[in-house]
Amino acid sequence: MQTVVDIEGLSHFYGPFQALRELSLSVPKGCFFIVIGPNGSGKTTLLKNLAGIETPAAGAVRVLGRLLEEYTRKELARHLALVPQLPSEDFPFRVRDIVLMGRSPHLGVLGLDREADRKLARQAMAFTGVEPFAGRRLDQLSGGERQRVFIARAICQEPEILLLDEPTAALDLAHQVRIMDLMERLKKDRGVTVVMVSHDVNLAAMYADQLLLMREGQTVSLGPPTEVLTYEILEKTYGCPLLVDESPLGGVPRVTLVPSRYMDPDKGG
Amino acid sequence: MNADSPSVVGRIAAVSAALAVLLVSAGLLALLFGSTDTVTDAFFSLFRGSGKADPMAETILWQIRFPRVLLAVLVGAALSLGGLVFQALLRNPLAEPYILGVSGGSAVGAIFGILLGFSRFPGVSLTAFAGSMATLALVLLLSSGQSVLKKDSLLLAGVMVNAFCSAVITFLISLTQDARLHNIIYWLMGDLGQSGMDQVGLLAAMLIPCFILFFALSHPMNLLLMGKEMAQTMGVNIRVVTLVLLVATSFMVSATVANCGLLGFVGLVMPHLLRLLVGPDHRVLVPACAIGGGAFMVLCDLLARVLPRQGEMPVGVITAMIGAPLFIYLLKRSGSDANRG
Repeated sequence: MQTVVDIEGLSHFYGPFQALRELSLSVPKGCFFIVIGPNGSGKTTLLKNLAGIETPAAGAVRVLGRLLEEYTRKELARHLALVPQLPSEDFPFRVRDIVLMGRSPHLGVLGLDREADRKLARQAMAFTGVEPFAGRRLDQLSGGERQRVFIARAICQEPEILLLDEPTAALDLAHQVRIMDLMERLKKDRGVTVVMVSHDVNLAAMYADQLLLMREGQTVSLGPPTEVLTYEILEKTYGCPLLVDESPLGGVPRVTLVPSRYMDPDKGG
Repeated sequence: MNADSPSVVGRIAAVSAALAVLLVSAGLLALLFGSTDTVTDAFFSLFRGSGKADPMAETILWQIRFPRVLLAVLVGAALSLGGLVFQALLRNPLAEPYILGVSGGSAVGAIFGILLGFSRFPGVSLTAFAGSMATLALVLLLSSGQSVLKKDSLLLAGVMVNAFCSAVITFLISLTQDARLHNIIYWLMGDLGQSGMDQVGLLAAMLIPCFILFFALSHPMNLLLMGKEMAQTMGVNIRVVTLVLLVATSFMVSATVANCGLLGFVGLVMPHLLRLLVGPDHRVLVPACAIGGGAFMVLCDLLARVLPRQGEMPVGVITAMIGAPLFIYLLKRSGSDANRG
């Protein structure tokens, strides 16, 4: 199978703290790849190393067969886009201008857009459903709308690989499903490889082709959700009581948190 | 999207043209009016074609007022752009060369240069540049306890560096028993008065390349506003862009301070006004701030020359009287924004 991302022996330090420990993995082309794990397990650090924002202490990251350090920023940006966690909202750009910014890696230094670029921006806005508020300012939008604007911007960048850091955090249920559906369509319709960091194990189970479970900067398990989301693996990784059964939708595991009162016979109801 | 948003080039041209009209009008006003009326009379008689122009008036017009207006344009443009760039880079709407202490640092450097007996160019310009770079580095260092530059710590660091610079300036001045003393104090208040064409030309040669550089980096500045991570993954080499912009800005500020002293708050007025009028796109804002800032300074200087009953006042007085209330307003507003968010 063709891979678009290959990571070999990747280590990363924040001062004395080792966030990634000789991590190795590959992401197949056109895969919906979701990274889960407890807080501080190195998920976001992995994503940042992949995006070239953080420089690894050791190891190699290859994107589309080429080492990351062989790319200029602009070259890399033509292949890979990132939707970071909690993006800035300081200066009130309009939605269409933000989406159009996604064209920057394909344009000159002044970013002067042509009609073709404006057409791509319109398409990206239609795809993510933000077209109705194209003329609105970012600070006038809700969290879910704003997240879709940033995704539209990333799509407008026409990347082969799209990285997202917890795009569904702080969104209500309807918006969570909407974002995940969007990513699935992006993968199916355009063959984009989606790499997403998520906290939501159940959401990940429903959508991921490949699931990476991390702990302390290492791989605990990597594979399809049915292989990764087992009771033994999850309890060992998260260190809390869990219940794993099959989702009523069928085919994927469902994880239920178990409050401690169910575990302690003295207080049990 | 075509109908309701004209192309960037169109917007740049329209905004620049409108402001250019303002600049030219301001320039004509500043040439015409001043502490003496002879020029006004001479000017009108020139237009009526009646008689020869008064040679005295001609001298005042071309050798005093004209270089002064050009100097005001350059300085206003430079300081407005300085504010614009600092606000974008530091993601802080209150950032401005004077408030951050960069102007003060340049002044310390310049006074060192003057006291050491260096010539105005390149000696004093270089010591002023060194002073501005040193204070900028100090402010950034002081305010970067964490990776994110916090709004308040940046301003606080600026205030402290500024206080220190004022102390050093006073210290240096009190050490000298120099005839130039009065000049230094007057110059410190911000003065566009003593300038000949060659000085203006030299300053233009230093500033205009910076203006062009800022325009070339105006789109990366837009992308930087989206946050470092997004900017990087949209192809901006933020380390290079930030460094180039910071160095160019402090160079520009130090050049203006070495020539015209401390003109505070100019970098707040035009960037904020224009952002309200034309939006946050730096490709439009950079030329707009250059032209509009020039016009603003020309008008401030005109007020400084016309308002006093005798002589004139330093133009820094006018800019501070306009800019400082604006700063307080912005500080209050950003405070309530923080509470709301």
